[in-house]
Amino acid sequence: MVPEHILSWMIFFPLIGAGLILLVPKRYPTLMKVIALLATVPPLWWAASLYVGFDRWGNGFQYMEKVPWIEAFNIHYSLGIDGISIPMILLTALLAFICVIASWNINEHVRGYFALFLLLDTSMVGVFSALDFFLFYVFWELMLLPMYFLIGIWGGPRKEYAAIKFFLFTLVGSVLMLVVMLVFYFGSVEPATGLHSFDLTILADQSVHQAFLQSHTIRWLCYLGLFIGFAIKIPLVPFHTWLPDAHVEAPTAISVILAGILLKMGTYGILRISYPLLPDMAREFALFAAILGLISIIYGALCAMAQQDMKKLIAYSSISHMGFVMLGMSVFSNTTAINGAVLQMFNHGTVTAMLFLLVGVIYDRAHHRDIDGFGGLAKTMPVYAGYTGLAFFAALGLPGLSSFISEALVLVGSFQQYKIITITATTGIILTAGYFLWTMQRVFLGPLNQKYAELPDISLREAFTLTPLALIVILLGFYPMPVLNLIGTTLKHTVAMVVG
Amino acid sequence: MIPKAFILSNLQGLPFVSPEIILTATIILLLVVGVVLPRYRLVFTVLALLGLIGSLLPLWKLPPPQPNLTYLSGLFVWDWLTFFFKPFFVVAGGFVILMTQASGDIDNVEYSECTILVLAVTMGMMLLVASKDLLMIFLAFETMGILSYLLVGMRAGDVRSGEAALKYVLYGAFTSGTMLFGFSLLFGLAGSTDLMEISRQVVAASQNSQDKILLIVAVLFFLAGLLFKTASFPFHFWCPDVYEGAPTPITAFLSVGPKAAGFALFIRLFYPLFTTGAQGGMYESISGLDWPSILALVSALTMTLGNVAAIHQNNLKRLLAYSSIAHAGYLLMGIVALSDLGLRAVTFYLVVYLFMNLGAFGVVAMVANGGGSEEIDSYRGLGSRAPYVCVAMAIFLFSLIGLPPFAGFVGKIYLFAAVIYKKIYWLAVVAALNTVVSLYYYLRVVKAMFLEKPIEESQMQISLGSHALLLALLIPTLGLGIYWQPLAKVVSGMF
Repeated sequence: MVPEHILSWMIFFPLIGAGLILLVPKRYPTLMKVIALLATVPPLWWAASLYVGFDRWGNGFQYMEKVPWIEAFNIHYSLGIDGISIPMILLTALLAFICVIASWNINEHVRGYFALFLLLDTSMVGVFSALDFFLFYVFWELMLLPMYFLIGIWGGPRKEYAAIKFFLFTLVGSVLMLVVMLVFYFGSVEPATGLHSFDLTILADQSVHQAFLQSHTIRWLCYLGLFIGFAIKIPLVPFHTWLPDAHVEAPTAISVILAGILLKMGTYGILRISYPLLPDMAREFALFAAILGLISIIYGALCAMAQQDMKKLIAYSSISHMGFVMLGMSVFSNTTAINGAVLQMFNHGTVTAMLFLLVGVIYDRAHHRDIDGFGGLAKTMPVYAGYTGLAFFAALGLPGLSSFISEALVLVGSFQQYKIITITATTGIILTAGYFLWTMQRVFLGPLNQKYAELPDISLREAFTLTPLALIVILLGFYPMPVLNLIGTTLKHTVAMVVG
Repeated sequence: MIPKAFILSNLQGLPFVSPEIILTATIILLLVVGVVLPRYRLVFTVLALLGLIGSLLPLWKLPPPQPNLTYLSGLFVWDWLTFFFKPFFVVAGGFVILMTQASGDIDNVEYSECTILVLAVTMGMMLLVASKDLLMIFLAFETMGILSYLLVGMRAGDVRSGEAALKYVLYGAFTSGTMLFGFSLLFGLAGSTDLMEISRQVVAASQNSQDKILLIVAVLFFLAGLLFKTASFPFHFWCPDVYEGAPTPITAFLSVGPKAAGFALFIRLFYPLFTTGAQGGMYESISGLDWPSILALVSALTMTLGNVAAIHQNNLKRLLAYSSIAHAGYLLMGIVALSDLGLRAVTFYLVVYLFMNLGAFGVVAMVANGGGSEEIDSYRGLGSRAPYVCVAMAIFLFSLIGLPPFAGFVGKIYLFAAVIYKKIYWLAVVAALNTVVSLYYYLRVVKAMFLEKPIEESQMQISLGSHALLLALLIPTLGLGIYWQPLAKVVSGMF
């Protein structure tokens, strides 16, 4: 069953669920959880039907919806997806469903938690399907509110600090984006109507840009503003300091969403907004962005190696992995690298989600995440060790698992344009292997820490959250075409457009 | 012997002042009721509200506003600014009276006087926004000013209230005097007190180097009065003390009523007098008199100062006072944009600001009433003790920050759009960064309410009426954030 306005349904269905949850009396927490779960099932189904119905060879946007929203500003409620957004939408629908299950052990302020979670879901799908800059911005900012509360109320000991740091950092980026958005609005004239426009498909047409928007300085500053905004979100070093704090304090499911989806909004924003609107500047900034990507790869990996806290380790590994995405996106001489980058966005989403879920499993049992505090866990929790092993090997890029392919594509592609950078980036993979294997050794191997001799192995619910992700990781490791087919056509046009 | 034509023309002008006449009648009625039936709060509230609503009714019977439609010997003008701001002030006054009714800040003895004074200030503001004559402007300005000094000092025996009133009076007297001096210079230059006549003379005066100096001095003196009323740098010092000392509903009133009147006066004075008319929605400041640049600087300083100073406030009223200074800075962006878009931005933002700021102060009043205090510390864990009020407060604060999907965001979009349209990019960036600074201190309140553990467990008692009042303020704060096309149409029709 595919409804007519499928994207709108996907965006607002969780919101309806949130509304229902608010109506449930306080004494039925399980009912709230069930409603939350039911609110994420149809979007998952619709996502599957999008996957089936998506025209892989069509250029341009599909499933478009466009309704006037505010005539006075020529703002439209305009949705549509292309090859860049569809993997993100699939990922969002999947992770939202999994995270509701992973949140089943939340017992404090249940109503608020699930209502906010579903609001977050709405805003995420909104960001990935909005085609109007204004609408995009509204969803982008809307995501901040639930995230702030989800970290701040249900988080760890330093939750307040982490929540406000997340909010402040992201808002700096957003307000810069806001200014740029308005510059573009006034700098463009829609040829058909003679009005200014927020429509991203129209703004991408360079001929609608008026004289002042063609000045190099303005374009350069606009690109810089957007870039900082998105780089904070990705996050690229040196804008990354909010991420380890936010991850460490956030509850498990929120860490999953944060790493699995929110970080991708940064790179998605660059692909959706910066590149089409300012292709000339994208070329000019490419080397700079590639270098930042490289720094993130190496610096993130080095930091990860020094961590004692498992969540912090994964947070830094995310920075490192997102560095590969940035590197791949900065290559315009071929389409291999950018395909690898978008594939990496998807793969990192599934792999990190697994990693955070796994840390959540052990944290629920041992109530700490200190890497050196365990030892020999493979004896007491063999299944858990198996899942973790899979996730760790996937994260470090073992051939046969999904991340290997995406990272290899990025490196193969970028080598043609940036030789030294690529060679240096490759050492990042070695470092990654180093810290994951070392962690593995300290947690699972060696003498058994008697304190944890009685830990129960993974529960059915936990296995249920991990298994779909594990299957995707293995499948895409052998056969990445399901995703590459989706993204290929759009990315070919993106690169062609940037190269000009 | 008064000419018959003069009497006739004034009689014809009477319908235009009927809102003010109705308000005056209500005030007189309330004075009488105050003697006969003292201490019945509800009676005063109902009568005052009926008076306010009644004062709006004639508006729909009157001819549509026109820029040149003057009445009462040309003292007043019936244009869109008048037509828009009269209901605006009525709404502000009405909410404040409801808030006073719900709040325990004003006791029964002073309640009647308080209601009457709020009505009188409202009337003063209505006169002010309609005036197009320097003398009338000054009279209305002082009607509004002097009565609001009284309102601030309303709580007899409260030292802080008295101190606040005195500070307000001293600052007010000084700046009014300065402004009056500016008026007299302008009268000397133009030989008339009529704004339209002056605007003709000013262009001529700006050609003459001697007159130009006088003109610059006059503009600066004007600015003193206006910046004082809007609580902008460098005339903002009174604001935190007065806001803290005044009863909370009165603080709320000052932060939206006279501030909005100040901005309406900005539009009324600066645009006809010191610009050379609209062309394609853009204005030019008259040559050699670069007041927009001065104001742009004032705007940047005001918002920065307000936001930075607010960070360290522990008293919520002081915090909101500094926030209201910062908002004056944002609003000035619309004035310096010198375009119809800028003027629309100012009016739009004032409407939004009315609801969200009244809402924030309303919550402060209710929490203080329900056993808390005005200190941020007393908001700890309030989210579980008074969930509805705290969610409302969070929405008002997020709206004040300017986050979507709340109305404050749209208001900010308007203001940012105005300065970006005028290509004053630096001001847009300063304002953008200020938004981030403001996030920090508004979130201190949100954090205290939701992220911290409660100091006590008992539910806070908040009356049903208070909840209804908050709801009435929440609906526009949320509604205008999601769909603001109707209001956008109204403000586009004005300028």
